[in-house]
Amino acid sequence: MIKKIVNFFREYNSRNDEERRTDRLYAVSAIFDTPNEIMAAASEVSGRGYKKFDAYTPYPVHRLDQAMGIKYPLVGPIAFTGGITGLFLALLMMWWMGSKDYPNIIGGKPFFSLPPSIPITFEGTILLTGFATVVGMLILLNKLPKINSPISDTEFMKRVSSDKFGIVIAADDRMFSETQVTELFRSLGASRIENIYYKPSNLTDKTPIFNRKFIMTLIGVAAIAAIVTYFTLNIVLYQVVPFDWMWKQARINAQSESLFFANKSGMREPVAGTVARGFMPYEYKGLPDSAVRLLANPLPVSKNVIEKGQEKYNIYCSPCHGYFGDGDGRLNDQFPKPPSLHNSKVLNWKDGNIYHVITNGQNVMPSYEGQISRDDRWAIVHYVRVLQRAKNAKDQDLPK
Amino acid sequence: MMMELTTPKKLPASVGKWGMILTAVGVIMGGAAFAVDPHRAFFGYLWMYMFLVSIGVGSLALVALEYLVGANWSTPFRRVPEFLAGIILLLVILVIPLLFGMHDLFHWTHAEAVAEDPILKSKEPYLNTTFFIARTGVILLIWLIFYYLFTRNSRKQDISKDPALTASSIKYSAIFAILFILTISFTAIDWMMSLEPHWFSTMFGVYYFAGTLVAAISISAFISVSLNEGGFFGFKVDDEKYYSFGTLMFAFNVFWTYIGFSQYMLIWYADIPEETFWFMNRMEGSWVYFSIGLLFVHFIIPFLMLLPRSSKVNPNLILYMSAWLIYAHAYDLYWIIMPTYFKDGFVFSWNELGFLVLAFGIIALVFNYMASRFNIVPVGDPKLQRGLYFHLN
Ligand code: HEC
Repeated sequence: MIKKIVNFFREYNSRNDEERRTDRLYAVSAIFDTPNEIMAAASEVSGRGYKKFDAYTPYPVHRLDQAMGIKYPLVGPIAFTGGITGLFLALLMMWWMGSKDYPNIIGGKPFFSLPPSIPITFEGTILLTGFATVVGMLILLNKLPKINSPISDTEFMKRVSSDKFGIVIAADDRMFSETQVTELFRSLGASRIENIYYKPSNLTDKTPIFNRKFIMTLIGVAAIAAIVTYFTLNIVLYQVVPFDWMWKQARINAQSESLFFANKSGMREPVAGTVARGFMPYEYKGLPDSAVRLLANPLPVSKNVIEKGQEKYNIYCSPCHGYFGDGDGRLNDQFPKPPSLHNSKVLNWKDGNIYHVITNGQNVMPSYEGQISRDDRWAIVHYVRVLQRAKNAKDQDLPK
Repeated sequence: MMMELTTPKKLPASVGKWGMILTAVGVIMGGAAFAVDPHRAFFGYLWMYMFLVSIGVGSLALVALEYLVGANWSTPFRRVPEFLAGIILLLVILVIPLLFGMHDLFHWTHAEAVAEDPILKSKEPYLNTTFFIARTGVILLIWLIFYYLFTRNSRKQDISKDPALTASSIKYSAIFAILFILTISFTAIDWMMSLEPHWFSTMFGVYYFAGTLVAAISISAFISVSLNEGGFFGFKVDDEKYYSFGTLMFAFNVFWTYIGFSQYMLIWYADIPEETFWFMNRMEGSWVYFSIGLLFVHFIIPFLMLLPRSSKVNPNLILYMSAWLIYAHAYDLYWIIMPTYFKDGFVFSWNELGFLVLAFGIIALVFNYMASRFNIVPVGDPKLQRGLYFHLN
C-alpha cells in the first residue's frame, strides 16, 4: 500500500521532470554567484527598460526590490490592511461577545472596556496581518492558481533555490530579443545562461490547480495529515502526561472509592442540617398527625393545576398505583402492590394526609420529597381527588 | 575593499555655543524656580535628573549592547553613545542638590508621618535616608566604573588597534548587562516609585528601563544621522544604515508600550485600591488629557510613523522621529514624576521648562567637550570596516 503511494509520487514527479519541452521560448535565464552581482544585474536590467523580468534568490536579499525598480512593494500595504482589519474585527468581536451576545458581569467590570480587549486585539491584528501577507502574497503576487510555471523543474530553479542568484527575462517583454538579452547577461558576468522553453502542459493546461491528479493528491495529503494528527494527538499522546488534555487528574471522580475516608466513599455528605438554596425541608417528617391537622392544600382547583397534577401523577405514581389509582401498576409484581386509592380510608383522608404520604413515604412506599416539588405534590393531591371522585361518580352526576 | 577614512570635520562651533546658551538659560530659569518655590523646583529638577540618567546610562547600555551581541552596523557610530555616556560623570555632581531636597520630594523621609503609618513603618528598613543615599552612591559608582572601563578600552584601541580590547569589553558588557538592569530598576524604584511610597508595581523598574532605551537609541540616532548627513564622521554611509536605528527605535518603543500597558492592565484588572490610586491620580482633573496624550505621543504616532520600511531609511524622518521620541520620553517622565506635586491637575510652566532647557544644554556641552577631545570614530576598532560596509543581507 505505502509502496504504491510512494511509487505513485515518484512516477508523477519523474514524469514532470522529464516532460519534453516545446520549442516555444518562454524566457532567458541567467545565474549569478553573489548577492552583489544580482543587485547590479537587477538594477541594470530594470535600467535598460525591461519590465517582464524577475529575480530569484535562495534567501531574502534586502533592497533587491529597489534594484529591480519596484517602487511600491505591495506586501507592506497588504499586510497593513490585514492588520487594521484584524484590529477592528477583534474589537468588534470583544464588544459583541461581552456586551451583546453573552453579557456577564465579571469582577464588577463593564461589559466592554478597552484594557482587557487589547491582548485579543493585538492577537487579532497579528493573525490577520499574517493571513493577509501569506494569502495576498500567494494569490496576488505569486499568482497561485497557476502552479505550473515553465521555470519549475529546470536546472535554473534548482540552483537559485539552493545557493545561486538568478534573473529571468520573459520572452513576451516588449524589448525582448534573444541575442540581446543573452549578450546583456554575459556582459553582467552571469556564470550560466540558459533558455527556458514552455512545457507542453503550460500551453494546454490553463489552470493546472484544477488538475484531477493534483486535487486528488491534495485531498490525499489532507486526509493523511488529518488522520495522523488525530491519532497522534488523541490516541498516542493522550496516554502521556501532560498531553492527556487533563484527562488524568489528581482528584476523586463521583461515585468512586477513596481509602482516605473512613467510609471509603469518595463523595462527601453535606454537613448535618444543610439546607439547599430554594428548598424548604419538610416540617412534619415522621409526624403524620400534625401534618394531617395543620396542612391544607394551598393550590386552587383550576384546570392548570389539575393538568399539572395529572402529568406528575402519571409520571411518578402510576407505575405502582396505576393510571386510575386502582393499585394495578405496570410493575408486574416486582414490587408489593399498593392498595387502591379508592378505599374508604383514603377517601376519607384529609388532603394533608395524602401529601404527607407522598412527602414522607409510608412503609415500603418511598418518599418523593426529593423528586417532586412542593407545588407539584399538592397538584398531585388534587388529581388524586379527581380520580377518586371519578371512580365514585353517582348517577345524578351525569348530565341530564 | 577598504573605505578610506578622512579626518573628521570639527563639530561646528554652534554646538558649543548653543550648549553654553541653553545651559546658561537653564541655570538662570532653574535658579529662579528654586528662588520662587523650592518645593516645586525640586520636582522639576528631579525630572531633569532622571532624563539625564536615561540618556547617560541608557547610552552606556547601548555601547555594552553592541559588544554583547557583536553588532557591526553600529560600530562607526559607537562614539556617539560613548560621548553621551559621559553625562554619567556629571550625574555625580547633579545628584547632590537632590539629596538636599529629599525632604521636599519624599513623603517617607518625614519621620512623624512614618511613625503614624503602619505601611511606611513596615517599608522603613528599605525606605530610609541612610540606605537610600548608600544605594544611590553604590549605583553611581557602578555606572562610573563601567563608563571608565568601556571608554578606556575604546580609546586605547584607537591607537593600539588591539582586538583583545574588544574581547575584554565584551566581558565587561556581559557583566554590565545584568548590573544595568538592576541599577536602573533600583533607580526607578528609589527616585520615582517612592515618590508615592504607598504605591508599588513590580513592573515599574522594567517600565523605566524600556523608557531609557527609547531615549538613548533616539538621541544616538538623532546625533549620528545629523553628523553623517553633515559629513562630520570623515566617511559617509548610505541611508541603508539608518534602517537599524529606525528598527531599534521602533522596537524599543513598542517594548515600552508593551510594558506600560501590561502594568496598567494588571492593575486595572485586579482593581485593588492600594494599586489603582497611582493611576487614579493621573486620571483625575486635567491629568487625564495628559495621560491620554501619552498614549498618542509615545505610542500611536511613532508606531504609525516608523512602521513602513521606507521611513526607516529616510534620514529626515529618522531625524524627526528620534527628536519626537526624546520628547516622548521627557513627556513620560513628567507623567511619572509631576502628578505627585501637582495633585489638582496638569501644570507646566517656566519653572519646569528651565530644567528641560538645562538638560539639553548639559547634553550639548558634554557631547561637544567629548567630541573636541576624542576621536569621533572608533578608528582602531576591528569591526569598523565591517560596519562601514554593513549590508542587511
Ligand atoms: C414504588 C411504587 C409506588 C409509587 C411510585 C407510589 N406509591 Fe404510593 N404506595 C405504594 C405502596 C406499596 C403503598 C402501600 C404502603 C403500605 O403498605 O402502607 C402505597 C401507599 C400509598 C398511599 C396510602 C394508601 C393507604 O391505603 O395507606 C397513598 C395515598 C399513596 N401511596 C399515594 C401515592 C402517590 C400520590 C404517589 C405518586 C407521588 C405514589 N403513591 C407513588 C407504592 C408506590
